[in-house]
Amino acid sequence: MLELSNVSKRYGDRLALDQVSFTVGDGRLTGFVGGNGAGKTTTMRIILGVLAADGGSVMLGGAPITAADRRRFGYMPEERGLYPKMKVLEQTVYLARLHGWTPAAAHRNALELLERLGLGERTNDTIESLSLGNQQRAQIAAALVHKPEVLVLDEPFSGLDPMAVETVQGVLADVAAAGSPVLFSSHQLDIVERLCDDLVIIAGGRIAAAGPGDALRTEHGSERWELLTAGDAGWLRRQPGIEVVEFDGGWAVFEAESDAARQATLAEAVTRGEVVSFTREHTTLAQIFKEVVR
Amino acid sequence: MSTVADTERRTPSFVDSVSLIAGREITMRLRSKAFLISTGVLMLAVLASVVLGSIFGTQTETTKVAVIGGATAVVDGNDALEAVPAADEAAAEQLLREGEVDAIVAPAASLRQAQDGADPLGITVIGLDSPPTDVAQALSVQPTIELLEPAAVDPTLAYLVAFGFGIVFFMSALTFGTTIAQSVVEEKQTRVVEILLSTVTARALLTGKVIGNSLLAFGQILAIAALAILGLVLTGQRVLLGGLGSSVIWFIVFFAIGFVMLAALFAATAAMVSRAEDIGSVTTPVTMLVMIPYFLVIFFNDNPTVLAIMSYVPFSAPVGMPMRVFLGTAEWWEPFVSLAILLATTALAVLIGERIYRNSLLKTGARVPLGEALRG
Repeated sequence: MLELSNVSKRYGDRLALDQVSFTVGDGRLTGFVGGNGAGKTTTMRIILGVLAADGGSVMLGGAPITAADRRRFGYMPEERGLYPKMKVLEQTVYLARLHGWTPAAAHRNALELLERLGLGERTNDTIESLSLGNQQRAQIAAALVHKPEVLVLDEPFSGLDPMAVETVQGVLADVAAAGSPVLFSSHQLDIVERLCDDLVIIAGGRIAAAGPGDALRTEHGSERWELLTAGDAGWLRRQPGIEVVEFDGGWAVFEAESDAARQATLAEAVTRGEVVSFTREHTTLAQIFKEVVR
Repeated sequence: MSTVADTERRTPSFVDSVSLIAGREITMRLRSKAFLISTGVLMLAVLASVVLGSIFGTQTETTKVAVIGGATAVVDGNDALEAVPAADEAAAEQLLREGEVDAIVAPAASLRQAQDGADPLGITVIGLDSPPTDVAQALSVQPTIELLEPAAVDPTLAYLVAFGFGIVFFMSALTFGTTIAQSVVEEKQTRVVEILLSTVTARALLTGKVIGNSLLAFGQILAIAALAILGLVLTGQRVLLGGLGSSVIWFIVFFAIGFVMLAALFAATAAMVSRAEDIGSVTTPVTMLVMIPYFLVIFFNDNPTVLAIMSYVPFSAPVGMPMRVFLGTAEWWEPFVSLAILLATTALAVLIGERIYRNSLLKTGARVPLGEALRG
C-alpha cells in the first residue's frame, strides 16, 4: 500500500500542496483527478522522489520509500519524452536495464510488451520517426518494461487512440490484478469512472475527497430522478416535496425529499398522461467532482 | 506483490547505473556520422602534419656544381653539394651558363692563374653573375663553436610543441564539452530526464555522462597520440620523440583530470537552459576557460613567468605544466603540486556542478538563474 501523509510542497510563495494525505491500496486502481494546477503532477513527482517534499511522508507497505523501492515503480511523467534518436527496442531495453534487469531479460520483457502495445513492427525504428500515437505507446512501454510493482501514471490516456486506450486499460487492470497499487491521473473523467476502484480528488493543493468510488457517490451525489413524459412536465414545479433541478418540455430531473414524495410524483405523472421512462439518475464522477471542488 | 526471480533482476549499484549511462553516451556518439567524420578529419590532419614535417625537415637542399679534374676530391663527400663532372673548362662553363649548375669548382690553377699561388684549398669557385656564397660556405672550414649558455630547446620546436598541446586541449575540450552540453539539454528538452531521474540519481546521471564523454575524448587523444608517434617513428623523426616523452605523459594525466572538471562545468551550465539554441550563450564562460590557455600558451610559450603561472592555474595547467616539463624549466616536484591543485579544483567543480545540475534539471522554460540553481 502506498500512503501519503501530510505532504506539503511550496514553490516560493505559493503553497502547491497543503497537507496532502491519501492511500493507494494494493490491487486497487486509483484515479487521481483535479483541475489544472491543482497539484497532481507535483504529488506524483514527490511520490517518485523526482521532487523533494517540504513536509510529510510517503510510505510503501508501512515503511518510508527508499531509492531501491522506487526502482520497482513504473512512472509516466506528464511531460512525455524519450531519446529521439534511439531505436524503440533499444531504448526500452536501456530503461529496463537501468532498473536492474539483466540484458537478456530486459530484451525479452521489452519485445513482449512492445508486441502487446502494437509496436512489434516498429522495434527498430527511431522514436522520432514514429507517429505521435505510437510515440505515446512507446512511452507506456518505457513506464512498464521493468515490470513495476507500483504504477504512478500522469495522464496515461492523453493522446491515445481508442484502441490504444483499451490496451492500456488492460495493462493497468493486469498490474492491479497482480496486487500492485496503481495511481493514475486523467482529465477524461469517464475513463476514470469506468476503470477506477478508488478516487482521489485534489483541488488547490488540498485533497477534496478520497475513497472508494461507491462511497463517494453515496456521500456526495444527491439522489436524483429522471422523468420523461409524453406531455409537458411543467406541473412538476408545483408538485410538493420535490425540487426540479433540470427541465426541458416533457423531460425533467428532480430531487425528492422522501420516498413517499417521489412515489406521489410518479403516480401524478401517470394520471397526467403517458410516462416514457422514470429512472434513478446515476451520479457521475463529473458531478461529484463539481460538487467537492466547489 | 509479484516477485521476480532475483537472477534476472537486482537493485543496480551506483556503478551499474553509471556504466550503463556512460555506455549509452559512447554508443550514441559512435553512431553519429558527424562525430565519426570530424574524428577522421582530425586524424588525417595529424597524420598529414607529421608526414609533411618529415618531408620539410629532412630535405636538405643540395646545390649542383660542375667539377673539373682534381676538384672532384674536394666536392665528393660534401652533403650540401652535388658534383656534376665536366670534361674540361669549356664544358663546365657551358653548364654554368645554361643554368645546369650553380657554380664551377675547379683546381686553383686550371682556369686562371692563382695569384701568388696563395690558395690554401687549392680550388677556385666560379660563379656566373654573383658570388656563389652557399657553395663557398659548404666548402669553408669552420672552427669549433662552443656556447657558454646554450638554449635547451630550439625556439621553433618549443613553439610547435606549445601549439600542439594547446590545440589538442582546446579542440578536445571544446568538442566534447559541447557534446556533453548538448546531451544534457537534449535530455531536458525531450523531457526524458524525468523518467531517468525516477530511476537513477542526478549524481549517477551526471557521472555517467562525464565519464562516457571523457572516455571518448581520452580515446580520441590516445588515437591522435598513437598516430602521431607512429608517424614520427615511420618517418624516422625519433629525435623529436625522445624530447617529448615525459611531457606527453604529463599532458595525458593533466588532460584526463582537467577534462573531467570542464565536463562537469559544461554539464552544469547546460542544465540551466531548456533549448539547444541557448547552449552557446550559457556555456560561454566555460568556453572562455578553455580558450584562454590556448591563446596564452601560443603567445607566451617563451615567457617563463607566464608559463609558471599557467602551470599552476587549474584551467591552464593541462597545457602549461607539460610545456614547462618539455622546456625543462619545471622542478621534478612541480607537476605533482599542480596536479594536486587541479584535483582539488576538479572535486569542487564536480560538487558545484552536480548541485546546479540537480537543481536545474526539472526546471523547464526560462533559463534558471545561477543563484537559484545553486540554492535549489
